[in-house]
Amino acid sequence: MELIIKKRIKQVLKGDQNAYGEIVELYKDKVYHVCYRMLGNRHEAEDMAQEAFIRAYTNIHKFDIDRKFSTWLYRIATNLCIDRIRKKKPDYYLDAEVSGTEGLTMYSQIQTDEPLPEEEVESMELQSTIQKEISTLPEKYRSVIVLKYIEELSLKEISDILDLPLGTVKTRIHRGREALRKQLRTL
Amino acid sequence: MNTCPDKVVHMMHDYLDEELSQENEKELKQHLQECEACRTHFHELKRTIAFVQSTSHIQAPSNFTKSVMNKLPKEKKKVGMERWFKKHPMIVAAAVFFLLMSGSLFTTWNDGKEFAFTKSENIVVDGQTVIVPQGEIVEEDIVVHNGDLRVEGEVKGDVTLINGKRYMAGAGTITGDIEEIDQAFEWLWYNIKSSFQELGDLVQSDEKNE
Repeated sequence: MELIIKKRIKQVLKGDQNAYGEIVELYKDKVYHVCYRMLGNRHEAEDMAQEAFIRAYTNIHKFDIDRKFSTWLYRIATNLCIDRIRKKKPDYYLDAEVSGTEGLTMYSQIQTDEPLPEEEVESMELQSTIQKEISTLPEKYRSVIVLKYIEELSLKEISDILDLPLGTVKTRIHRGREALRKQLRTL
Repeated sequence: MNTCPDKVVHMMHDYLDEELSQENEKELKQHLQECEACRTHFHELKRTIAFVQSTSHIQAPSNFTKSVMNKLPKEKKKVGMERWFKKHPMIVAAAVFFLLMSGSLFTTWNDGKEFAFTKSENIVVDGQTVIVPQGEIVEEDIVVHNGDLRVEGEVKGDVTLINGKRYMAGAGTITGDIEEIDQAFEWLWYNIKSSFQELGDLVQSDEKNE
């Protein structure tokens, strides 16, 4: 995997844009997924994931070929998401409760194109609850939790991606886990 | 409410990070067996992780790669060239050298527009024509710039004509090599060749000197 990526990067450096297409194809799901879990919104996640790939392309000459490409790419993506979260003014969330109602969210006010199969609803609900809880975590805990449990990266890699000391990463994971535990214990 | 020391919770987290030493792990396990509050806490943590991990892996939209590729900055020729220059300094240096060299050669070619020739006792000049009269013998080489050469007698050396024509009379003979250069390219070639020859001569004379 890394070997193929290195080969493609060298081709990109020589000006071969098509080689970059293959890199995008290989990492798009992972990057999109990280962005989605960080931002909790598909539309924003797509914007940020695309932006991450574009930035990686324009800065590809800064990438140290001896290092892991995915780490570098995640770093760009998580930094973009963190910036986005910080800049974001509170706006409407589809799954935020509509004021004056109980348990009624914007989802129920928006017509869906295709009805979901009944059996999926429960797991979808659980999924969206979990996602919502992840989204309420402070951004510094959210990024470590997402990288650790959703991308299943090692602590060392997370510390590389976020450019934080290993000890800080550990502390944040501990606190993030505790915060999530309190939020999810009632499930 | 949990009244156990923070150390226990800390050990739980270290355990979850797979960084708890074996002794501490034993200690933790023993404590969990004895303390229900901690057991619940630990169980909740594990459940939380399971929940987080249960979130399905979602995939990027189907047209993702295409839209990224469309948004990529078009490779500007200038950028591409700059990068190429950075990557091939030797070629750039060679190109610059060649450019300057050929520039200076063209200047010498253009400078040499006026009529010139190697002076020799036995030749006659008529306007733009150098004449080796009948019966005369020229021992050395003759080079004529921007003029013609008419050979009625005999030339024992080499003849080089730059931008000129050579007329041979019936009795005229040239013993050495004849070279006629009309075009810039040939002029360039001639220059290169002669400089190499000079170099060769230099090396040879060096060898002789040794």
